[in-house]
Amino acid sequence: MNSTAGNDPILRLDNVTRVHGTDSTAVRALAGVSLDVHAGELVAVMGPSGSGKSTLLNLAGGLDAATSGQVLIEGQSIGTLKGDALAKLRRRRVGFVFQDFNLIPSLTAIENVALPLELDGFRVGKARRLARLALELVGVDELADRYPDKMSGGQQQRVAISRALVGDRRLVLADEPTGALDSHTGEGVLRVLRERCDAGAAGLLVTHEARHAAWADRVVFLRDGVVVDSTGSAQTAEALLDPAV
Amino acid sequence: MSVRQGLLALLAQEPMYGAQLRSEFEARTGGTWPLNVGQVYTTLARLERDGLVEAVGADEDGRISYRLTRTGRAEVAQWWVSPVDRETTPRDELVIKLALAVTVDGVDVDRVVQTQRTATLRHLQDLTRLKQRATTHLESDEDNGSVDLAWLLVLENLIYAGEAEVRWLDHVEARLIREASRPRRKARAIPTTDGEGTGAAGAPPAAHDTISTTLRGAQ
Repeated sequence: MNSTAGNDPILRLDNVTRVHGTDSTAVRALAGVSLDVHAGELVAVMGPSGSGKSTLLNLAGGLDAATSGQVLIEGQSIGTLKGDALAKLRRRRVGFVFQDFNLIPSLTAIENVALPLELDGFRVGKARRLARLALELVGVDELADRYPDKMSGGQQQRVAISRALVGDRRLVLADEPTGALDSHTGEGVLRVLRERCDAGAAGLLVTHEARHAAWADRVVFLRDGVVVDSTGSAQTAEALLDPAV
Repeated sequence: MSVRQGLLALLAQEPMYGAQLRSEFEARTGGTWPLNVGQVYTTLARLERDGLVEAVGADEDGRISYRLTRTGRAEVAQWWVSPVDRETTPRDELVIKLALAVTVDGVDVDRVVQTQRTATLRHLQDLTRLKQRATTHLESDEDNGSVDLAWLLVLENLIYAGEAEVRWLDHVEARLIREASRPRRKARAIPTTDGEGTGAAGAPPAAHDTISTTLRGAQ
């Protein structure tokens, strides 16, 4: 399903370490993690609480900074960016999907989806056109003028996915996106995420549920901040598991 | 899986010959439990001997069709309303492997758990792809809707079973960590014959007690 294998990844984590605290209180939340997500690919990250899943996602989205190593989004290292430049890259290149949807209650669906574009200086008319297209792509354009409190959880999450991938944005970072939904609705959301990735987006999905992770092309297992195995790379897995190596 | 009950249930719909029964059985279960045609004929012979089916003659190719007798019909009706037996637990290699891994010295149990979790996840990915295809097919196809639905339900059963296995492996891992950090004798030690240690009053059950409970049913 990885249609552009061999090209530069949309997201690259290169030997990323994140340490919280200093000296005697230092805790390594992530230790030397490397991971690529290409266009057309959905990668799931699984691990127990405290394994570093959220740290990884925050680093990938530029919400947190690596202690060492590099995070690259579409080839650009985000570690060197400061303040406005980082915020701009996030707004233009990265979309987040959270467990609790995070739509702005006083805005309609289309206004929510258009918002990142408007913040980025797009004219309202163009932002709305792109927002409508993004809603169409996940099959919820009929909800365009509805406010979040008039939508079901599944509908809100589809709108959130539209917002994550509106305009040129191709990287969607999803943190337990089905956590608040019933099983059938949650599956519908994963299907939409899968379809958007099949159509060329790059997705990183954090989940603790195997049934949901199974929608991904690759599943990466984190333990204590370290990648211990992956379903996509038997060679790496063997090397990691073989104590002789 | 009872081939006998499956064939009876199919014959309740209409008379069929052996090869037809086999292909109908496999179509409705997505080929998940393949039958060989010899098995079908052996079962039909037994059902005929027991008076549950009878031959209705051969077609021009010499294939003999069977139909249910009155007793056969009653047996099918009884099957639908009886629960499947869950008292006897089938032997599960993974459960046995883990139970042995925590009691045999020198086994890297974490590695056993992780290797299995990765393999099961990979299997779940395959099943999920099949399910995506089956769902699309079910939504687009009207002719064969009930067979598509049956196949989808079989797939979903396998997916839930795989998910349960991963959850159990997560649980095993978490329990091993808790046991290892407990300031007393390691739970992994093989119980001694002096009757001490593992059954200390007031102590919660050790990991191997939990697993051996499961195994007692797996005769």
